[in-house]
Amino acid sequence: MSVRHALLALLSEGPKYGLQLRQEFEVRTGEVWPLNTGQVYTTMQRLERDGLVASDPGDALDGPQKRYRITPPGSDELAAWLRTPPGVDAPPRDELVIKVLVALRLPGVDVREILQAHRRHLVGQMRQYTRLKEDAADDLSLLLVADAQLFRLESLVRWLDSAEGRLRHHRVDAAPQAPAPAAAPELPGVSR
Amino acid sequence: MTAALLELCSVSKTYGAGPACVRALHDVDLQVCAGELVAVMGPSGSGKSTLLTIAGSLEEPTEGQVFFEGTPLSGLSPNARARLRRRHIGYVFQDFNLLAGLTAVENISMPLELDGMRARQARAEGLRALEELGMADRASAFPDELSGGMRQRVAIARALVGERRLLLADEPTGALDTDTSEGVMRLIRSACRQGAGAVLVTHEAQLASWADRVVFVRDGRIVDTSAAPDGPEILLPSPGESGR
Repeated sequence: MSVRHALLALLSEGPKYGLQLRQEFEVRTGEVWPLNTGQVYTTMQRLERDGLVASDPGDALDGPQKRYRITPPGSDELAAWLRTPPGVDAPPRDELVIKVLVALRLPGVDVREILQAHRRHLVGQMRQYTRLKEDAADDLSLLLVADAQLFRLESLVRWLDSAEGRLRHHRVDAAPQAPAPAAAPELPGVSR
Repeated sequence: MTAALLELCSVSKTYGAGPACVRALHDVDLQVCAGELVAVMGPSGSGKSTLLTIAGSLEEPTEGQVFFEGTPLSGLSPNARARLRRRHIGYVFQDFNLLAGLTAVENISMPLELDGMRARQARAEGLRALEELGMADRASAFPDELSGGMRQRVAIARALVGERRLLLADEPTGALDTDTSEGVMRLIRSACRQGAGAVLVTHEAQLASWADRVVFVRDGRIVDTSAAPDGPEILLPSPGESGR
């Protein structure tokens, strides 16, 4: 989650004070990612240092609070960030995948039982997000956040289902020896 | 503990005999209470659809017993079982199973008429059911004049109209898009909140996540059951907790 760019996005609507940024950030993200005031001011200092925002000193009515506004380079940065795909090219070091790969080679471990334990847990989490959706029928931000999380969790459940299907068709031998080096094929996006 | 609306006790189902024998269900126990939505989740061929047809008395188990509100179905005559299906059990299938030559309201009212209700009253019940689903203006439309989502809403209305208390749904959102699927699941949840019990069989985790309880089926056996979920509030950070 890029707090830096989310704050730039809020400032693209017009100048805002620090506290106002914190409150609007939380409302826009369905209150799932709370921010503390210190984080807002630290981020704003860095954005100002990088020339992406500028601040006006508070007037007598505002007290000591600074009011921030986005600069033209800040607007360019925001536009570029919105269009930049997140880093999904390389296979991540997914803990779930690693656990299943390890279980596959351990003698005496029932891999299907391991798969089911993770499936139960993931479906349980999905049920909580679905309840969140049921209770938040009119909160668009929260619905979008819950949907995103549900699709992520579902993709893991589908991977578990697929892994179970593969286990039915592949004989798995415990492998005490280390695999031969340099035999693995290159994966796209992975530098060795 | 609420009394079970539906109960399967040690149910097994075998098709064929000898070397060609296929055991579709092994010793399955399942309870569904009024107001509860239970999802049966498993891959293709795991026995979940067989479980649903036996739960709905469309097939008989080879071994074991099925109880509806405490009454064993095996003790009922074929006519009494058919009457119980018509009056108390509603089915929703992936392909809707609406009759193409009947309008939306006729599809809903027909089972009531078959059960002896007068045509005018059955139509009024059908119209009321459509109105509750926000489809009163499409009462006279034929199924091929309705979108997939609307057809499934008609099928759900038909499954819940009258005195039906048990809803059995087999992949009810099949080919529907995500948004329409969510609408269908909200309807099923709403029916449960009003007191119906429901069993949903699916291979999709998103669909199963609408349930109060998820039962996992593999090779005809129940291999796992999820506990009741914590409330969604645990997903939200507590006050003062900071994000990154």
